[in-house]
Amino acid sequence: MRYLPLTDNDRATMLSAIGAGKIEDLYTDVPAAALLAGPVDLPAHQGELEVERAISAMAAKNLNTSDAPSFLGAGAYRHHVPATVDAMIQRGEFLTAYTPYQPEVSQGTLQYLFEFQTQVALITGMEVANASMYDGATATAEAVLMAGRVTKRKKAILSGGLHPHYRDATTTIAGYQGITMTAAKPDFQCNEDITSLIDADTACVVVQNPDFFGHVRDLAPLAEKCHAAGALLVAVVTEVISLGALMAPGDMGADIVACEGQSIGNALNYGGPTVGLLAVRNKHLRQMPGRICGQSTDVDGKRGFVLTLSTREQHIRREKATSNICTNSGLCALAFTVHMTLLGETGFSRLARLNHARAVTLANKLAGIQAIEIINDTFFNEFTVRLSKPAAGVVEALAAKGILGGVPVSRLYPGEKELENLLLVAATETTTDADMDALVAALGEEL
Amino acid sequence: MADTQSTITGNRGLQLEEPLIFEQDSPGRVGVDFPDTDLSDNRLGGLERQGPVGLPNLSEPQTVRHYTRISQKNYGIDSGFYPLGSCTMKHNPRVNEKLARLPGFASLHPMQPTSTTQGALELMDTCAHWLKVICNMPAIAMSPAAGAQGELCGMMAIKAALEDRGEGAQRTRVLVPESAHGTNPATAAACGYSVDSIPANDRGRVDLDAFLSKLDEDVAGIMLTNPNTCGLFENDIIKIADAVHDAGAFFYCDGANLNAIMGRIRPGDLGIDCMHINLHKTFSTPHGGGGPGAGPVVLSEPLAAFAPLPFVVHGENGFDLVEHKSGAGKKSYGRIKGFHGQMGMFIRALGYMMSHGSDGLRQASSDAVLNANYLLAELKDTLSPSFDGPCMHECLFDDHFLKDTDVSTLDFAKAMIDEGFHPMTMYFPLVVHGALLMEPTESESRETLDQYIHAVKGLTARAKSGDAKYFHDAPQLTPRRRLDETGAARNPILRWAPGGDEEKS
Repeated sequence: MRYLPLTDNDRATMLSAIGAGKIEDLYTDVPAAALLAGPVDLPAHQGELEVERAISAMAAKNLNTSDAPSFLGAGAYRHHVPATVDAMIQRGEFLTAYTPYQPEVSQGTLQYLFEFQTQVALITGMEVANASMYDGATATAEAVLMAGRVTKRKKAILSGGLHPHYRDATTTIAGYQGITMTAAKPDFQCNEDITSLIDADTACVVVQNPDFFGHVRDLAPLAEKCHAAGALLVAVVTEVISLGALMAPGDMGADIVACEGQSIGNALNYGGPTVGLLAVRNKHLRQMPGRICGQSTDVDGKRGFVLTLSTREQHIRREKATSNICTNSGLCALAFTVHMTLLGETGFSRLARLNHARAVTLANKLAGIQAIEIINDTFFNEFTVRLSKPAAGVVEALAAKGILGGVPVSRLYPGEKELENLLLVAATETTTDADMDALVAALGEEL
Repeated sequence: MADTQSTITGNRGLQLEEPLIFEQDSPGRVGVDFPDTDLSDNRLGGLERQGPVGLPNLSEPQTVRHYTRISQKNYGIDSGFYPLGSCTMKHNPRVNEKLARLPGFASLHPMQPTSTTQGALELMDTCAHWLKVICNMPAIAMSPAAGAQGELCGMMAIKAALEDRGEGAQRTRVLVPESAHGTNPATAAACGYSVDSIPANDRGRVDLDAFLSKLDEDVAGIMLTNPNTCGLFENDIIKIADAVHDAGAFFYCDGANLNAIMGRIRPGDLGIDCMHINLHKTFSTPHGGGGPGAGPVVLSEPLAAFAPLPFVVHGENGFDLVEHKSGAGKKSYGRIKGFHGQMGMFIRALGYMMSHGSDGLRQASSDAVLNANYLLAELKDTLSPSFDGPCMHECLFDDHFLKDTDVSTLDFAKAMIDEGFHPMTMYFPLVVHGALLMEPTESESRETLDQYIHAVKGLTARAKSGDAKYFHDAPQLTPRRRLDETGAARNPILRWAPGGDEEKS
């Protein structure tokens, strides 16, 4: 077997050095009834060629967004990732390293984490960021738990513009730790007033910008109301490229920012793995979950980096830790960092503006179809339209024509009559005029 | 040792000093080519960003050189022997990287109609099937993002099942052996349970009498790692499982050490109710410097109905996803992550499992156990083994062999770095003094193990010869030497800030 260096001769020599007659002699602590005499009921080993053939055949059965006009968003966005990004993250020194617990031989990982934390803090307008979370949804759940620790309160208010997966993951994870969630009803017209729900038990209000339906929200008035009541404002961003064009949540008064970072550097991957970003104010630093990299010096006085503030973490604090998180999303964070380095100030801003311009073009084209009503007055690169019939069926019909026409809101809000005809459509720098024309033509036939 | 200041640049041949990206900024440079778009017709609602973000501007060649240079300051499995106990640092086959990047997977959007993603759902289902057969368990939750989230997933299923039978309020305590990984007690606490620690016996296993005496009607479950963190098989595990079930509680098994037993012992035959599988350990998806991982959880029949959303089912028109609390998802406790789980990791893990096959998986776990026992046998007279008898896939020593040398476990590990090895795990598990935990995995050749043994013996002799200073000064040959971790925590500098002064937190 190509991955196993030991030869039969090695095995015999080693068993003899150990003083064992056969490998089973090393399993004497195992109850005899539990020791299998032969292999489990699965196929035998295969060569690389055969494995590649079998798994590639599964890949070939899918219609992927590189081969079809795609307008899918709803928290995951197709963007162009420069070839440099993948070349860098596939370097074995990054790919095959463990968590950097030995800083003397992990300065590569630690330095990019320090750069990552700085980039995340800058784009969110916050003071500090951690070294990443699993994804945007779990980062949001951790943000709510953190708000509970900071305020010592037990209630969270979730905006009706929050991605339903974020709402659900937060409700599950934070719910098990005694936080009660009040989730507002789906706010597709962006006219909710959740400030009336804030009371003396409210730890935080969670609001997404741009929201799930694509609307751009001014968080400043809400931040003011939260702070007046002693609550924190948790801002969620699912399309991180929007931060290149929109006011940063930190500049609008957010106390904690939780983002999905997939759009920068990471492929869609059918939804995972991606990378969660979490940024906070300095004063709440010690309640922040997850790994954090900090600057230090070595015994020769040279600048270097280490994992720090680990007294918050499970391997030191055990049941008193701020979170049970251990592994984070290191390599996806590297992809984010490399891509963000290539973008820089100029590229990040241009990419964001280009995304918005593509979405404006799409909205203008769709506005010409009689059977479509555009819901949004504001948006970044995604918006909601109302079709003349249920969106799910239309999306299936478009898929049959080889067009991935957007996300029907009913996929995430099943059984809500009012939302049945709503469709989320997104455009990015990858969306061509030809893609848009194909969508417009196909919708014209279906509606 | 050569003076590092003896070169003009501070570089030393292939060891190159590399500033932060923020220190290489030059406005006018860019690493991507996008047009400058006019936004006079915008829909941003007057909420446009006002000032600059503050990101540095670098070209593509600078970026490539920067990340290449800093990568060279890292030690990976590709670089050399990485016997980090409890972490299973095994070879990461590159074919799996290639497969995960096929556009048919990588460019797939999670919210596409399932009619367009049948191959992806087939892959998830196939990966799930392999894992269930390897574990002999009837059900699996694929969505947890990492081992610790898998623990959370499993403990939530236990809590949901107890609540379903009306014992949620009554059962508030979870038993956790003192040798457990820190995520176990942290997870139990994250599910609202109080944690009760079980002592180990003098053989490094759970003290059965102490365990039985703590088992009562208020116990929700036990979280037990098997093989345990001392690298030992819990030989009373079936008795423990029976007692847990007799008491009406559930058995959570931490599957971090599945690599010792895959293909040879099935956790389902040991009476467990749920177990997370670290795909980034046992099934070789790359650790990536700290993730992403994946932590699918196998579940027993009584827990299966409570599994988190979403999951794959076989429907009338092929595969389907259950994404809501209705139908097959009626009793689910809900969602714990965005979308459907770590698809990219399922592809890699399936590639690994198919490559090995049932025969290769069995051979791999045997080789992992053989390699660990070889280290134990060759080093038992040099170091101080913590327990008698054979080990599983990792071998544990304490620091008795360093008594009176003024050399600590940490010093010894740092000296291993200068010898070209990644250190073993230090000071874990907590049940022995100054622990050194070594896990060689099946990926290492006998020649590599012999070189390592030779280095450990040589360093031990050096420590015993009274040359403590050598160890206190180690490592000397690395890009950075020992760093001031206390100062870093006391005065946290967590980001770069303009003006040359890093921001103080």
